[in-house]
Amino acid sequence: MGSNMAENHPVAFRWVAEAKRRGAKLVHVDPRFTRTSALADLYVPLRSGTDIAFLGGLIRYVIENEKYFKDYVVNYTNAATIIRDEFQDTEDLEGVFSGLKEAPQGTNQKYVYDNATWQYKRTAPFDAAKAREEAKKAATFAEMIQKMVPPAAEKDPTLQHPRTVFQIVRRHFSRYTPEMVEQICGTPKELFLRVAELLTENSGPERTTMFVYAMGWTQHTYGVQNIGAAALLQLLLGNVGRPGGGILALRGHATIQGSTDVPTLHHSIHGYMAHPDARRNHDTLRDYMLTETRPTGYWANLPKFLVSYLKSMYGAAATPENDFGYDWHPKIAGDYSFMASFHAMAKGEIKGAFFFGQNPATSINGGLIRRALANLDWMVVKDNFEIETAAFWYKSPEVESGELKPEQIKTEVFLFPSAQVAEIEGTFTNTQRWIQFHEKAADPPGDCRSDAWFTHQLALRLKKLYADSTLPRDQGFKNLTWDYDYEPGKYPTNTRIQGEPDVMKIWREINGFKTDTGELLKGFGELKDDGSTTCASWIYCGAYPEEGKFLPASRNPDPDDQPGTHLGWAYAWPANRRILYNRASADPNGNPWSERKKLVWWDAGQKKWVGYDVPDFPATKAPDTPAKPGAAGMDAHDGKSPFILLTDGKGWLFVPTGLADGPLPTHYEPIESPVPNLLYPKWPTNPIAKVYEHERNQLAAVGDPQFPIVLTTYRLTEHHLSGAMSRWLPWLAELQPELFVEISPELAAEKGIQNLDLVRITSKRGTVVAKALVTPRLRPLTVNGKPVHQIGMPWHWGFMGLSVGDVVNDLTSWVADPNVMIHEAKALLVNVEKAR
Amino acid sequence: MAEPMGFFTDTSVCIGCKACEVACKAWNQLPARNGGKVQLSGQSYDNTVSLSGIQWRHVKFIEQFSADRSTGRWLMMSDVCKHCVRAACLEACPTGAIIRTEFDTVVIQQDVCNGCRACISACPFGVIEINPETNTAMKCTLCYDRLQAGLVPACAQACPTQSIQFGPISELRQRAQARLEQLHSQGVTQARLYGHDESILGGLNSFYLLLDEPETYGLPSQPHLPSTRVPTAATLSTAAAVALGLLGLVGLRKQRMDQLAATSQRADDRE
Repeated sequence: MGSNMAENHPVAFRWVAEAKRRGAKLVHVDPRFTRTSALADLYVPLRSGTDIAFLGGLIRYVIENEKYFKDYVVNYTNAATIIRDEFQDTEDLEGVFSGLKEAPQGTNQKYVYDNATWQYKRTAPFDAAKAREEAKKAATFAEMIQKMVPPAAEKDPTLQHPRTVFQIVRRHFSRYTPEMVEQICGTPKELFLRVAELLTENSGPERTTMFVYAMGWTQHTYGVQNIGAAALLQLLLGNVGRPGGGILALRGHATIQGSTDVPTLHHSIHGYMAHPDARRNHDTLRDYMLTETRPTGYWANLPKFLVSYLKSMYGAAATPENDFGYDWHPKIAGDYSFMASFHAMAKGEIKGAFFFGQNPATSINGGLIRRALANLDWMVVKDNFEIETAAFWYKSPEVESGELKPEQIKTEVFLFPSAQVAEIEGTFTNTQRWIQFHEKAADPPGDCRSDAWFTHQLALRLKKLYADSTLPRDQGFKNLTWDYDYEPGKYPTNTRIQGEPDVMKIWREINGFKTDTGELLKGFGELKDDGSTTCASWIYCGAYPEEGKFLPASRNPDPDDQPGTHLGWAYAWPANRRILYNRASADPNGNPWSERKKLVWWDAGQKKWVGYDVPDFPATKAPDTPAKPGAAGMDAHDGKSPFILLTDGKGWLFVPTGLADGPLPTHYEPIESPVPNLLYPKWPTNPIAKVYEHERNQLAAVGDPQFPIVLTTYRLTEHHLSGAMSRWLPWLAELQPELFVEISPELAAEKGIQNLDLVRITSKRGTVVAKALVTPRLRPLTVNGKPVHQIGMPWHWGFMGLSVGDVVNDLTSWVADPNVMIHEAKALLVNVEKAR
Repeated sequence: MAEPMGFFTDTSVCIGCKACEVACKAWNQLPARNGGKVQLSGQSYDNTVSLSGIQWRHVKFIEQFSADRSTGRWLMMSDVCKHCVRAACLEACPTGAIIRTEFDTVVIQQDVCNGCRACISACPFGVIEINPETNTAMKCTLCYDRLQAGLVPACAQACPTQSIQFGPISELRQRAQARLEQLHSQGVTQARLYGHDESILGGLNSFYLLLDEPETYGLPSQPHLPSTRVPTAATLSTAAAVALGLLGLVGLRKQRMDQLAATSQRADDRE
């Protein structure tokens, strides 16, 4: 669901094809019949944007038919935990949870949530504010964390107490019946029930089911909750932490996983630690620790990770006396996500921008973005070709129409030619968290240089510029460690390119080492919060455990008769574990749930966890180990708690903290929807979704008769993203040479459109023209008794390159999921008409 | 001769990604049509349209849906030269440019081909065409150069789902049979093999697992070699010659009789 794996991840789909050869069943739930559907055993249509209704229907089916994995649910999830009496569900409040309040200024939201009522009911009263005051006075970080430990949560292992998570979940989804699924999603009830049967038949001790998603789930104003719904379902079925289970996130680009681990994210520093934030209580290092450290579970080690990170940033200048340079570290003060940044640019608040491998001129609400780009003083584009972003000032539709005049655009554009992947050495991290090294095959031509070269050379020049500054604000940059030049005499001789940084030195900083001896660290268990270790990214610690041993370059697959976890192939963070939370692959007593699905188990003789994978659990903690009352860190968990990163060691069916938009997934319609919300008529859309107000970001109202058709955008195998790597290549351009719009024969007949006719597609933001591809692979769905038409458009085109076409993103809008600020390009409203 | 080598293409796992088309063009340095500036064909996701002198691999897309969508499927198949054991092109080639290699594959030697097009009309699968840049006939060589270097053909190497499998024909046939039986046991009763045995042109060294009639994929159920029609044609010609001869004789006789009649009449007149 939410992915078109065969088309967009064909190389990974190899393993789906292999599983099919071995008898696995493949189900594809999608608004369009795609090349993935073509290979599926069962194709199930649904209206774009209704995945939570569909998944909620499955959750209800599993609970009401008692198909959940009882031993797993009771022992490994928070099903038995009791939630505070003050909590009110969407069933009580007609579509919202308790804690909804008006949003403060500047959040681009109408409402936000206060999650106080969503918390676990504790066995004793706990005053967090008072505990924090006490903790602040502690001598060490460890003592500080200890003082923040709350009393244990109340539980009812029979799951009968009405305020247990299990009963709340049951009530929450009670109205997601197969009939309701059919009404909302347009999915025939029989097909929905067939999916439910296949799913439950293939889950349990002997079998597991995997969900695979991609942008079809994420690109919604409730994208995170789509995935949350799948997580809830998979936990109920016992499909997490076990071979062949889980939820596989297919990333939208090579090493996107790597770029969130060692992040280019605006709100996170390395290893998923929160970015120091002026809006939160992060004033001092201690404040940061108190606000961000979860006192129980593995995250209680945060002080070790953060101090080691600060040491990697500021080296010897970071000392206990100056809080390891914490005050030098930049703090964010607002939403710096993609749309928020362009929103600011549109208002003239941003002077300059770097675009590396990004083509915003063809991105979300492209017309508005291109107008925003014209407000910049300068712009650096580093890419393989002169992409739309670099050429917006003389070739965009706004220039063609005369609205923008090149001579009046002040933006100075610097176009730097980029080296391609085969011309660079480095690592890729895939969606399974495997870090894989790739070598350089050839020098790049001409002036093309790697991103590492560019960043390194820019930093060296900036360091020189700042060298003599005495301004306090520049001290952080002055103290920033930047030692990536090759050692004298070590620069590679088989290249004409000069000035590349030594990537192994960068890796040394990422992996970490002991500050006194320089000895590389063997794993994050060695990290300290006293400044004696440095490590940029704790989750990558151990990938480079000693000189001459760089595990991402390791290529030792298992032989054919072995279990096939391939621990000798590349390095999977954390600690080379291939399946996260794999303690759950054994039963509470530590024995495999079944012979067929064994992975990691307790060996009573050796008194340790053993198996085919690296155990994701303290190696010698026996299954019968009790939790230590009042303890911090891992001692707070018993030997039956696989989810070591969570405070209670349990998989969260109900999510008390961490999500902006509610502890349980709830069906809302897309911001632009042809129909009202049948489940919660008072709240048609996500009440806390982000909407970036702008005169060029108008939205169609629910059921707007001018825009009755649902558009979903997507990608094709033959092109890559905005086409910057494919539309310039003749061999790829000829495979999908022109922009098209996929239309069902029914809609085509209604509109008098023939195959290959030019069609005009209009949303509240813009208009594009495309050739019609009339195909029965699209179909109208009956939603709440009425037909709803869906059309599909790939968004690879732009006005530069060999194969050119209109920018489909000129139709999309600046609306976003409130957790991760992703846009909603999978479901929006348009009209279509024959162009001539 | 080395062992016969070839392709087994299992269309049941083809995802229509066209990696085979691109890998083929990249390895064999074949140009894109019109430099890549072409128009949308409107035929499903197929924009390269057919095999040609510059298109040695071609993925076909077949959309089969009932009006109410209660049944529907999208078939994909990567088409290529069949490297027939009894190859019509080889038989038809007057210059000897087309040869059978030590791998039992069929290759057009570019330095011998004079572009006469005899092979184009002979091929029952429509595989061969003139490459406009060289004016010679071109088609898949089963990567003869790679095979000689012990490498897998570019398309098979690039195929992500192992829909295109390369290997010794005997081994591929066993693999295909096993896959067919597996699909049948899973209820895919329409699955069938095409060209895996001698019944089609003595065997195709590029054979297929199909999910429907060969005609659905544009493949002939019973392709013929031009030469297999020679005995029939010869008999027919002889018969025709005899018939014509007889007719001629009859005609001559009639003429003679007419002449005789006329003469006698004239004689009568004279009488």
